[in-house]
Amino acid sequence: MKLAYYPGCSLDGSAIEYGLSTKRTAELLGVELLEIEDWNCCGATSGHNTNKLLSLALPARNLALAEKTGLDVLAPCAACYNRFRNTEHVVRHDRKMQEKITAVIEMDYAASNQTLSILELIVNKVGLEKLREKVSQPLKAMKAACYYGCLLVRPQEHTGFDDNEDPRSMDLIMQALGAESVEWSFKTECCGAALATSRPDVGYRMIYEVIRNAREAGAECLVTACPLCMMNLDMRRRGVEKAFNQRLDIPVYYITELLAIACGDSPRDVGVHRHFVEAESYLASLPEKAARIEAEEAARLEAEQAKKAARAAQAKKAAQDKAKKKEASEAEAMAKAGDEKKAAPAAEAAAKAETKEKAAPAVEAAATLAEVGDKGSKAAPTQAQAAAPAAAEAVDDGALQKKITAMIKAWEKSPEKVAARLIEDEERAAILAQVVSGDEKKTARLAELMITDKDKAAKAAEAFVTGELKKRQKAQES
Amino acid sequence: MGNALQLLPATQSDRALLKHLEEEAGTEVNLCYQCGKCSAGCPVGFAMDQTPRQVIRLLQLGLLEEALSTESIWICASCETCSARCPRGVDIASLMDALRREALKQGRITDRKVAVFNRAFLSGVKNFGRTYEAGLLLQHNLFTGQLFKDAELGLPMMQKGKLSFFPEKIKGREAIKKIFERAENPGGE
Repeated sequence: MKLAYYPGCSLDGSAIEYGLSTKRTAELLGVELLEIEDWNCCGATSGHNTNKLLSLALPARNLALAEKTGLDVLAPCAACYNRFRNTEHVVRHDRKMQEKITAVIEMDYAASNQTLSILELIVNKVGLEKLREKVSQPLKAMKAACYYGCLLVRPQEHTGFDDNEDPRSMDLIMQALGAESVEWSFKTECCGAALATSRPDVGYRMIYEVIRNAREAGAECLVTACPLCMMNLDMRRRGVEKAFNQRLDIPVYYITELLAIACGDSPRDVGVHRHFVEAESYLASLPEKAARIEAEEAARLEAEQAKKAARAAQAKKAAQDKAKKKEASEAEAMAKAGDEKKAAPAAEAAAKAETKEKAAPAVEAAATLAEVGDKGSKAAPTQAQAAAPAAAEAVDDGALQKKITAMIKAWEKSPEKVAARLIEDEERAAILAQVVSGDEKKTARLAELMITDKDKAAKAAEAFVTGELKKRQKAQES
Repeated sequence: MGNALQLLPATQSDRALLKHLEEEAGTEVNLCYQCGKCSAGCPVGFAMDQTPRQVIRLLQLGLLEEALSTESIWICASCETCSARCPRGVDIASLMDALRREALKQGRITDRKVAVFNRAFLSGVKNFGRTYEAGLLLQHNLFTGQLFKDAELGLPMMQKGKLSFFPEKIKGREAIKKIFERAENPGGE
């Protein structure tokens, strides 16, 4: 892309860093700039304050020179841009005025070309996609208030490339450069322009309000595309601070400086050291700040994940408990229904389910601990010792208790059938049923053993029967 | 049609002057229905003796002399917020511009500093074709009797390579001078 370049007076003087960084921006984005030969001052505000025809003729001479080259014009200075767009508008819409203007400048001019601001060039002509490709040192952790001021966006009929109340183009550029752009309400508020010179009592207050608003919105720097705004926000800072007896530590940058820096230039290359408000240290502090934010973010994510994992484990345990309860209540329901055949196996199945989940083996292990002598070879003492507290924990479990209760109920409903499960011999089983029924203690004892240790239950059942038989024998003898 | 108010200045000459101002500004004061939106959003309204709405009202009532004598027209920073927000499409900022130029023509300057600044600025452009920032600072201070005003601006500017002591001159200085002369004394007007 090739453009006619109109630097304007400021970019050779008070805004020399804007000039330097604009040239770098163009180079980086592959835009060729051909400076308009022997250009003159646009007349600025003093021109239109004084003489309307003059205020149109001064820009028109430059525009006519550019028109001869057939190129569109880049005018980075917002004031020049505004005067140029105004002149173009008048020449296109007011035939009589066009004739007057061409007579005054003694050149043909039909406004067949158009003037671009730096924002419009980057967003609409080059494109953010291409800009993103060029960014090598993103401005991570930068919090910027994009300040458009008046001249880039008003009047909308002349400028027209962005909204005049809530413009976005500079914000989009800053985001593409990796920075955060804050939302604030003074984006297009006037900085006071030349009032800071002619009426400091008025102008300084306007400057102060803009800076204050940016700071209150959380911005750590201001970004501008206007040399007059820069003069007020940056070069007049000491005067403003004095007038309001307040330190306003917040640097100001040209959008082109930040673009060049994000694309790899050093701040000094584009003239950041020429600012009145020290602006290099904020840029230098960004990598450390970004790293700190990244570390904090990583820590936060880790904590969140750990929390999530804990929550998942809790949910899993709750689901398991629920499943156990369900099995137990099924056994209970079966027992209630009087289906003894199914009830006992159900209770057993519930107990087996428990067994699967290490609690029951733990009970077993604890039991074996008591009989290390017999089965010691199976379970190593250390294992048994480790299992003991786990078994105690498992016994405490409500689910286990439910199974036991269900088993007790099964005993109460039909003792013969349950007894048959412990003793094969029908006669002895019948005796067991007689012994157990009506004896709460024995019922509970057997039920508990049947759930926790079937072998022991069988032994206990045999012992009960043998004891009863001996009792009966004694009774017969006596 | 479409006018909210139908008011006309009292005298023939005032009527002619108002018409001239409206033509210069490309707008009509009678469109204004005095809602005050211009003044609510004006960033310099706090410093004005008459708010933008009141200045328009003066013009509607034909009180041109009063309008031209306000301090407001010199305090106006030409930010154009008023024009952008006017629900009736009145270009208030452009009217302020036209009023300033008329007041200048009539020698009715209530704020000498602004006028001095403008004159100093344009004389640099007329002579060199470009803004002469150093000369502007000095000249402005001399004319306003504030010799050391903005010294905190000028010296650091020079130190930081932002202010050249000598003016930049373009080759086409003659052409610029002619533009000034023709614009100041347009043949037909």
